[in-house]
Amino acid sequence: MILASIFESGVSIQFYMILASILFGIGVLGVMLRRNAIILLMCIELMLNAVNLLLVAFSTYFGTGDAQVFVFFIMVVAAAEATVGLSIIVLLFRNNRSVDIGLFNKLKG
Amino acid sequence: MSNLEIITFALGGLTIGSALMVILSQHPVRSVMYLILTFFMISANYILMNAQFIAIVNIIVYAGAIMVLLLFVLMLLNLSKDNEPKSTLSMKLAAILAGGSLMTVLVAAVKDAVVAPITEVSANQQGLVESLGQLLFTKYVLPFEISSILFISAMVGAVLLAKREKQIID
Repeated sequence: MILASIFESGVSIQFYMILASILFGIGVLGVMLRRNAIILLMCIELMLNAVNLLLVAFSTYFGTGDAQVFVFFIMVVAAAEATVGLSIIVLLFRNNRSVDIGLFNKLKG
Repeated sequence: MSNLEIITFALGGLTIGSALMVILSQHPVRSVMYLILTFFMISANYILMNAQFIAIVNIIVYAGAIMVLLLFVLMLLNLSKDNEPKSTLSMKLAAILAGGSLMTVLVAAVKDAVVAPITEVSANQQGLVESLGQLLFTKYVLPFEISSILFISAMVGAVLLAKREKQIID
């Protein structure tokens, strides 16, 4: 079953633009507010998803599929980023016995 | 206000609420659970926007793979509420001020943006697997192949990083 596009039935694109902006803002807020490195990674995922949401909204709005392929590639990169990021965090935890980002300042010299 | 509009607005509110709970809940495992809920809400948004393929891939990749990985690492490191690092009050205030002003500026800039109106009322089938696959394997086949190299390098990197180094004690 194919639903009719919701933009033809009254919902404006501005709603999704505002929703994606708020989600992105929540992600930025989380990165600055929390000190747990794993939560920081989660907030980055949240920001990526906000961008994905906006891309899909515009893809539906203009009726082209290209943006959805782009969202697919963003998901690919996000999966690769999560694996490498998590293994770096495991490595740091092994050295410091903590995931507090305040302690990860060994490169400061 | 039509039924669809009510559903859309309620879904948007739930998405924002669960995303807020991700950064506000103190226990990391609870945070992961709320993030999974957020991803399901975003998937529901995709389905409303007729992007079925992206919705399913979002659930499989994010809620399925990445979140399980995060949860696994969280359990492996044995983090709990007691050893959760706390930030000071001044840092919290600065973060809320900076993040809140960024959000305000973004919303204010986006609110009055002029977007070109919909030109044609199409059948809107480009979110289905058939048309997306057509696009992915013709127009975007080179990035698709390059992403496999990215995956291999990420895999090698993860294995190399997480491998326990040999103790140099003689």
